Amino acid sequence: MTTTTPTAPQAGLKTAPPRSASSAARESLSGRWASAAAIVIAVLWTLPTFGLLVSSFRPEGEVKTNGWWNAVTDPQFTLDSYRQVISGADIDLATYLINSVVITIPAVLIPISLAVMAAYAFAWIPFKGRDTLFVAVFALQIVPIQVTMIPLLRLYVDPPFNLMPLAGNDAPGGGFYTVWLSHTIFALPLAIFLLHNFMREIPGELIESARVDGAGHVQIFSKIMLPLMTPAIAAFGIFQFLWVWNDLLVALVFAGGNPSVSPLTVRLAALAGQRGEDWHLLSAGAFVSLVVPLIVFLSLQRYFVRGLLAGSVKG
Amino acid sequence: MTSTDKLIQMAIAVVLFFAVTGLILVLTARLRSRNGERVQAAAFIAPSLLLIAVGLLYPAVGTIYQSFFGSSYQPILGGGNEGNFVGLDNYRRIFTNGDLLQVLQNTALWVVLTPLVATTIGLVYAVLIDRSRFEKVAKALIFLPMAISLVGASIIWKFMYDYKGTDQDQLGVLNALLKAVGFDTYRFLLTEPWNTFFLIVIIVWVQAGFAMTILSAAIKAIPDDIVEAAKLDGVNGLKLFRYITVPSIRPSLIVVLTTISITTLKVFDIVRTATGGQFGTSVLAYEFYVQSFRSFDFGLGAALATLIFVLVTPIVVYNIRQMRRLEAR
Repeated sequence: MTTTTPTAPQAGLKTAPPRSASSAARESLSGRWASAAAIVIAVLWTLPTFGLLVSSFRPEGEVKTNGWWNAVTDPQFTLDSYRQVISGADIDLATYLINSVVITIPAVLIPISLAVMAAYAFAWIPFKGRDTLFVAVFALQIVPIQVTMIPLLRLYVDPPFNLMPLAGNDAPGGGFYTVWLSHTIFALPLAIFLLHNFMREIPGELIESARVDGAGHVQIFSKIMLPLMTPAIAAFGIFQFLWVWNDLLVALVFAGGNPSVSPLTVRLAALAGQRGEDWHLLSAGAFVSLVVPLIVFLSLQRYFVRGLLAGSVKG
Repeated sequence: MTSTDKLIQMAIAVVLFFAVTGLILVLTARLRSRNGERVQAAAFIAPSLLLIAVGLLYPAVGTIYQSFFGSSYQPILGGGNEGNFVGLDNYRRIFTNGDLLQVLQNTALWVVLTPLVATTIGLVYAVLIDRSRFEKVAKALIFLPMAISLVGASIIWKFMYDYKGTDQDQLGVLNALLKAVGFDTYRFLLTEPWNTFFLIVIIVWVQAGFAMTILSAAIKAIPDDIVEAAKLDGVNGLKLFRYITVPSIRPSLIVVLTTISITTLKVFDIVRTATGGQFGTSVLAYEFYVQSFRSFDFGLGAALATLIFVLVTPIVVYNIRQMRRLEAR
């Protein structure tokens, strides 16, 4: 989602007109092959996850000796693997799950709030050099996060002007601040850009008339813009949520392998390395890490898809 | 820290943030004059700009600067470590060292293949299921991998690729199929050079849903009369796809291709989780991590990161120009 064009939010979401009987008949011949091909792709895309899901419920001995498809002929299911990965002392995913939650909530709320404010100013407060600044912010999207990591890490550990260091053992918040801050920074350019595009879609007369009635920018922002922006904010929020929850690189670098602030992905990646043959644990672990984004994703899918489209393309 | 402590820390951070932001808004709310408007603009924008400047701009410049120095860390200001300057040596190393050349070659494969294959599959699937009865479910199935972390996706596929000797019972679906058809089982992730392709399968699996969603919407936006007119002229099936569908969604195709290439260029989770960069599978983004945070060769790491930056730039610039052309139309 790095490259985008401003378009109307509902672009491309027209519903399909009902098919006429004749066109249905005309298409039915090629339609059969088309459906077969579609089904093949759908199965290929679903099978890997399904296999792991089945495995996560099978007893350890079974998982390690025969393929998951044998569960069809010999169904044996247990929650042992889940018990072991969530509360077992050596894996203890519950702790990492909490870390993921603690990392994600501020890392979604803070950048979005900052971005909505900045987007509003870029869209509706005229000031000198506004467009140049906006282009600069947009351009910074092309900086890959890899490029920023080492100097940023140095800043956290050893900030100038004797500021309080954000990383290390004496850091406030037990070291979460570096992760929150990094996710916030990395999210800002895209968030500002997308929200700005939404913001420009709102008719200017609305703001004009509010100004005439004596409302200041802060009132317009909080009373008019925020409610109108809710769908856009939700869309980007889901985006940012999935990104932060599923992130590995930022967590590895800025949580520095410290287990008390590392999210699920870090633990899971480590498990995949250490216990590559323990498929009962890996499969259950993978599903523990999947559940939350999957729930969020499925329940808010419509916003998500609309958000993807609104910011990005028109056919 | 206990879990409760962490949650409390989180609550404090969030409340603190909103309190400060709210306070700034309340303080600037009363300003009405021309200067007041300037202050309000600053209040709205300054926090973001400050973060971007400190967290993106300064580090990016620092890394590019560092890429001309040796392995020890080189701050932009007050370094005083002149002996550390190596000029273009780090870049020369990348382009002459056999292992690093392999990394470059792999990265090229990733960046070329992933967008093409993922977009093709996404496009074909979007066309196939368009206006079918099960469209919603069909879309959700392909789209779902996007909610899965790349670490999770890698684990899922490591399981698909799992290897056991031919005489043993197979755990992985693919080797079970090979065995059922009568072939020997295959070490998908260990056998060079094809293991790189099997890693690319993982990212294609994740990205195809993204391509499908965007392209499906673009297809639906094609005006019905164009399609009807073409059909009346006897254009059908593949020809319709080739001469009507593809040209009509060209802008979306470009956006999807570029977005996926940029994502692919920066991906490191898959390589790290699936093979740890061994067996000749490393890519630029992973090599950056290894050199910077395992070998602590900050110079080489910075050069690798800069290279990613250099490779992303033309893709983005091309995309912006396309976008401009569209808007001008």
